[in-house]
Amino acid sequence: MNAILEMRGISKSFPGVKALRDVNLVVKAGEIHAICGENGAGKSTLMKVLSGVYPFGSYEGEIIYKGEERRFATISDSEHLGIIIIHQELALVPLLSIAENIFLGNEPATMGVINWATAFSKTRELLQKVGLKESPNALITNLGVGKQQLVEIAKALAKKVQLLILDEPTASLNESDSDALLNLLLEFRTQGIASILISHKLNELAKVADSITVLRDGTTVETIDTHAEKISEGRIIKSMVGREMSDRYPPREPKIGEKLFEVKDWRVEHPLHAGREVIKGVSLHVNRGEVLGIAGLMGSGRTELAMSVFGRAYGRNVTGKAFMDGQEIDVGSIQKAVANGIAYVTEDRKSLGLILNEDIKNNVTLANLPGIAWRGIIDDHKEASVASQYRGMLKIRSSSIFQKTLNLSGGNQQKVVLSKWLFAHPQVLILDEPTRGIDVGAKYEIYTIINELASTGKGVIVISSEMPELLGICDRIYVMNEGRFVDEMPASEASQEKIMASIMKQYGAVQ
Amino acid sequence: MKHEAISAPGPEQAGVRTGFWKDSLRDYGLLFSLLVIMGFFYFLTDGISLAPLNVTNLILQNSYVVIMALGMLLIIVGGNIDLSVGSTVGFVGAIAATLMVGFHLQFLGLDTDIKVPWEPVIVIALALGAAIGAAQGYFVAFSKIPSFIVTLGGMLIFRGLTGNMLLGQFVGPFPKSFQNISSGFIPDFGDFDFLKPLTGDSNFHWGSMLVGIIGAAVLIYTSVRRWSRSRAQAMDTEPFVLFIGKNAIFALLILFFSYQLASYKGLPEVLIIMGVLILIYAFVTTRMTIGRRIYALGGNRLAAQLSGIRTERLTFLTFVNMGLLAGLAGLIVAARLNSATPSAGQSFELDVIAACFIGGASASGGVGKVMGVVIGAFVMGVMNNGMSIYGLGIYWQMVVKGIVLLSAVYVDVYQKSKG
Repeated sequence: MNAILEMRGISKSFPGVKALRDVNLVVKAGEIHAICGENGAGKSTLMKVLSGVYPFGSYEGEIIYKGEERRFATISDSEHLGIIIIHQELALVPLLSIAENIFLGNEPATMGVINWATAFSKTRELLQKVGLKESPNALITNLGVGKQQLVEIAKALAKKVQLLILDEPTASLNESDSDALLNLLLEFRTQGIASILISHKLNELAKVADSITVLRDGTTVETIDTHAEKISEGRIIKSMVGREMSDRYPPREPKIGEKLFEVKDWRVEHPLHAGREVIKGVSLHVNRGEVLGIAGLMGSGRTELAMSVFGRAYGRNVTGKAFMDGQEIDVGSIQKAVANGIAYVTEDRKSLGLILNEDIKNNVTLANLPGIAWRGIIDDHKEASVASQYRGMLKIRSSSIFQKTLNLSGGNQQKVVLSKWLFAHPQVLILDEPTRGIDVGAKYEIYTIINELASTGKGVIVISSEMPELLGICDRIYVMNEGRFVDEMPASEASQEKIMASIMKQYGAVQ
Repeated sequence: MKHEAISAPGPEQAGVRTGFWKDSLRDYGLLFSLLVIMGFFYFLTDGISLAPLNVTNLILQNSYVVIMALGMLLIIVGGNIDLSVGSTVGFVGAIAATLMVGFHLQFLGLDTDIKVPWEPVIVIALALGAAIGAAQGYFVAFSKIPSFIVTLGGMLIFRGLTGNMLLGQFVGPFPKSFQNISSGFIPDFGDFDFLKPLTGDSNFHWGSMLVGIIGAAVLIYTSVRRWSRSRAQAMDTEPFVLFIGKNAIFALLILFFSYQLASYKGLPEVLIIMGVLILIYAFVTTRMTIGRRIYALGGNRLAAQLSGIRTERLTFLTFVNMGLLAGLAGLIVAARLNSATPSAGQSFELDVIAACFIGGASASGGVGKVMGVVIGAFVMGVMNNGMSIYGLGIYWQMVVKGIVLLSAVYVDVYQKSKG
């Protein structure tokens, strides 16, 4: 078979990070090609290079599509040639109809006047092809996620797709919807449409994929031909995570004390869809001096769990009990959670963690203004000395405490958010993806701060998608999947394979 | 500069220095613009615009804009807008007037001349203003209806209620003591006869001048003290030349205005009210935790919420505060006109909001300073007053004000995009 797509020696850098390093990918005409790898392995970046989100010139290497070298400057360049990408976050307008969404930006029109009759009849045709029994008039917001996914695919078909890229299409689908989607891909294969499928669900890959390319740390590990070789889950996992651990983590000598914080039978419903449980009865505890890890893939409910514990900052109908030092505490509002010694460092520091327009000083003291004020009047000099102290302690690299946080690097921004919560003097500190997007040096410093915190008898909970990080800094690890804790293990007995296996077990292992 | 003691060396240094200049340049630019506009109208009107009588009028006409701009600043910093303040001014004025002039006749049916004394009227009017703010704040903060819509509704409702209540009539006049809120002057005190030869004017109000001199002295003393303390603690301070220049200009402005006012009737009472409010709001916004929280709320509502700030309650309070100040402005306006009219306060909201944006507040929230807004209000006031004296038609005045507002914000946005 001929290759429809060949990506040769693709490299892509972001400030401080090399996201892709000499990646090669060959997709044959009419095949289903799976790409797998850990979070951060570079899968999405590679697809963004392919679709023109990162234009030609911002990466190195060449893209050969249908026998010609292509230099895409925008997404519409690649779409024009039939390369359509469907993102994990669906790009549909909720309050428009199916037909309007399918032809959005691509409306059948004469002189700007839309020919709705054509649009509707074409929509009906497309919906039939993808097997969706809905009126073209139905609003997207009234469809389930599975059906929305099908609308996205119909939209791709309307654009005369040649190469369909699906980024974790089944992540939020139930089993029957997933099956329908995968069968659709198989049908496309018979029509000569090639697909690239990014997925964590190895059993699905084994079912439909013709080839599997494994990425790790921004490089291609290997491409497996599933027809030539019998693949197993273990084989792929090893390929995905097989990386050496060196001294990327500071040495840790845990001094673990008695139980500090405990959550029992925690249940949370989705904030918009009442009745849809996002957290399904989670119980956890963290001891004094312990660094506790929560592993799991994105979307497994880790952030939702943490934010709902932190003063119900997420979700509705939150039930369950929280205890600090054996006493039940009220975490019904963020103020109460903070007053009861809980702090939460958000995963999205720019939009949820910092006031970017304000300086380091104002951000550091924000969660504990009474700590620098007397009867509501701020003591400027006390505030400056507090900010200077944390700036020194956490080695925040900046010109002064008066520098706007907007102008700091990711690592330093993260240290400002950490300072803010350290100054609030919590007993339990929940860190959500504390090292996302920051460089190796700053990561080491953050790990050191975590160690120091634990050594003062506080409890630290670290949520991370990077398994080596959890293995490197934690004492004990919970594995979370689909709103539940599916496993718990001491870090000494944990391995990436073991964690992956616990997650995959739920999907039905392939052996 | 010595105050870089705690600064880490590095390439960022240069960036921050220029950043500092850029930030302060706006403050100075605004002050400079005000001076230029004042000078411009001075020449255009052959000096009338800065004559004692007119300076007094300028203060009297602008006090309520400044007072409401203080509340509007907090609203805008918190990420909202309040379009209803003009109508609130009219409505509160109408209620106060009805209470003072016609209350006992219409409601109690008693045919006597006993009037409700004006002090309870003030309390009632302020409470009413706060209640109007609270009602609108409730919908904005807790029901999460965009403030633009809520206050647009309020603007219509209270203007309509005012019209219904007054039925096209003027209600007035008011007791003299009430009128004094806006047209009274502080009484002369002390015996300054020995200074009379200095001015050659036997009517010169030395008591008022003295208040001005003390005001200027206090301003310089507190700024110098603060500046040197900051410097001693190696905090980031503005360059000496700028610091001296700014304070000298402020002090000279205060002295000049005091002199002109003293040459006429002395300091207006409303100027004292305004001055005290400016000081209070400057203090609240820069030195108090609640002020800091409002800036955090407007800067990033979600981050503020996740930092344990009660963002809804805070938004609500900014509206209550706005209503209270609008109520006060309503009394001042009624007192100044010596009657309540159906159109009192009409389109004031536009002057107030324009003052905030000219003064450097950001429409997206989180940014704005009390001094900026006060200067912004005076820019509007000086232009209104100067153009009227010059005899420019009311419609051309609108055109000019619109252009000034647009250019001020354009300069802001342009500076930001360059940085």
